[in-house]
Amino acid sequence: MAVETQRLLTTSKAISEAIAQEMERDPRVFVMGEDIGVYGGIFGATEGLLAKFGPERVMDTPISETAFIGAAVGAAVSGMRPIAELMFVDFFGVCMDQIYNHMAKIHYESGGNVKVPVVITTAIGGGYGDAAQHSQTLYGMFAHLPGMKIVVPSTPYDAKGLMISAIRDDNPVIYMFHKGVMGLGWMTPNPRATGPVPEEPYTIPIGKADVKREGRDVTVVTLSLMVHRALDAAEDLAKEGIEAEVLDLRTVIPLDREAIVESVKKTHRLLVVDEDYRSFGLSGEVITTAIEGAFDHLDAPPARLAYPDVPIPYSRPLEQFCLPDRGKIAAAVRQLMS
Amino acid sequence: MPSDETLREMHHQMVRIRLFEETIQKIYFEGKTPAFDIAAGPVPGEMHLAAGQEPVAAGVCAHLRPTDAVTATHRPHHVALAHGMDMKKLAAEIFGKDTGLGHGKGGHMHLFDPATNFGCSGIIAEGMPTAVGHALAFKKQGRDDVAVSFFGEGAANQGAFHESLNLAALWTLPVVFVCEDNAWAISVPKEKATAIANNSDRAAAYGIPGVLVPDNDPVAIYEAAGEAVARARRGAGPSLIEIKTDRLLGHFEGDPQAYRTKEELALLKERDALRAFERRLIDAGSLTAADAEATWTRCRTEVDGAIEFARTSPYPEPAAALQHVFA
Repeated sequence: MAVETQRLLTTSKAISEAIAQEMERDPRVFVMGEDIGVYGGIFGATEGLLAKFGPERVMDTPISETAFIGAAVGAAVSGMRPIAELMFVDFFGVCMDQIYNHMAKIHYESGGNVKVPVVITTAIGGGYGDAAQHSQTLYGMFAHLPGMKIVVPSTPYDAKGLMISAIRDDNPVIYMFHKGVMGLGWMTPNPRATGPVPEEPYTIPIGKADVKREGRDVTVVTLSLMVHRALDAAEDLAKEGIEAEVLDLRTVIPLDREAIVESVKKTHRLLVVDEDYRSFGLSGEVITTAIEGAFDHLDAPPARLAYPDVPIPYSRPLEQFCLPDRGKIAAAVRQLMS
Repeated sequence: MPSDETLREMHHQMVRIRLFEETIQKIYFEGKTPAFDIAAGPVPGEMHLAAGQEPVAAGVCAHLRPTDAVTATHRPHHVALAHGMDMKKLAAEIFGKDTGLGHGKGGHMHLFDPATNFGCSGIIAEGMPTAVGHALAFKKQGRDDVAVSFFGEGAANQGAFHESLNLAALWTLPVVFVCEDNAWAISVPKEKATAIANNSDRAAAYGIPGVLVPDNDPVAIYEAAGEAVARARRGAGPSLIEIKTDRLLGHFEGDPQAYRTKEELALLKERDALRAFERRLIDAGSLTAADAEATWTRCRTEVDGAIEFARTSPYPEPAAALQHVFA
């Protein structure tokens, strides 16, 4: 997507700017979570908000996810538009009942009479040695449960537009940012985590994938940090004469099935790159979508590169062995082409 | 002491709740005899009735207005009715009809009523955090509405109970936590599940008032709730009330209750708070015997009308199951 601005922001700054602009526009919007005030969010998603809006609208909470995510649900039903941060998605276990039995189901159970406009922001992903309880992506698990939209941006531009859409949406939205796309000074430098972001507010529709790189030979469907890795791999492949199309899903729910099918019809080959666990998840869903919608167009069986079905190990060689990366993506594409 | 008018209204609420619950009980077994099949009849699924717990609903909800939020449990009918939920829409939802509160999508444990800001949850203690959230919204909006969270004594051992009390106390939110101690968490008696005798004592852990109402007395409940609701309305923060109440029926309909003795069940029937309250009002001259009789008749008519409405209402179109996942 061409962005006509020279202003560069990191993804974390793009997110906090989006929240700030929506808080200025709509007094019903407020933020709560652990360390989101004075600290600005462990991953910077709420940086500067406390100074701008004060502690009534930017509320540090106790370490009490069931209470404050449940409070977000109740506040939304009573007319507010809360944003609640679950520091790491891995912490869902201490509050999942509020998320999937309450937030996600109330609109349905009420026959459409009660809206629950909550945004839950949460950090996902590994690659930096944080081990089994602080490195998962888990969007596939949330996506399996009906009633929540799932947003997983990969660029600063998308992060801002999708955050504004998420806040304005009348449904619960899980907004998942990968730590590796945030552009944090204390993570391994990632040039793709900084990009052009217009200053004025704008929206990106939830449910629309985006072609991050056009190509004729193979479709790489991916999302979040793996978009960066796939773009790196595509550059390497281009030198060999293989033009990979990189389709960034951007949102998991609703899934842009049409974009997947259209791209596969064009390239006739599909690789799914997924940092989530391999089985019973996103990669299987994307491949099923391609088979259902473009079976006759496929020149090779669809392939996937995903996290093996093991808890995330700590030691660097172990974790790197499990994670998809630039080299593994390029190798998987080559195999698909051969 | 509540006025005679309030007492009569509380009596009226208790009668209509009792008749509603007894009627649902009878209907529940339609199609389920001689062999019990939980999926059969006009009302399938689990059915948790609140006969015996009417004093809690009547005494607390007497202080509420429709804009006050109420969250209840898997046993929600008494509270829903006392807070003003339309009985017809409630009955229709229980029957799974399109005219029900949730067009048949919720069922009796998942009732949501924007008209009375009512919601309930079938997950123990998990209605409590949402009540905290309603109260948070009221405070932010500058309203003097309050949120009331009803839960059973079994819920007080869940994390959500403690997290909710802490957050409501920390942020001085207008919440009234009402623990309905009916002594039984399905088949496990309270003394085998809870380390202390009275959950109201747990309020001290969060620096908020904890009040014990020891005897299912509607007037004592009314007075305790009045104080707690007033405190919340004036912005002084949450309270915890524990009421020793009676579950006259099984945990769910079809529960053989082998864990309870015949003597206990007989005792509960004998001390039925509704009958006792009615006698007391008549003895005190707050209610005439004729008025009491008229109340039962009026409520019978209301319940019959609601059931008739539910029975004759259409089912939703089957494919409507696919609607309302998202707004």
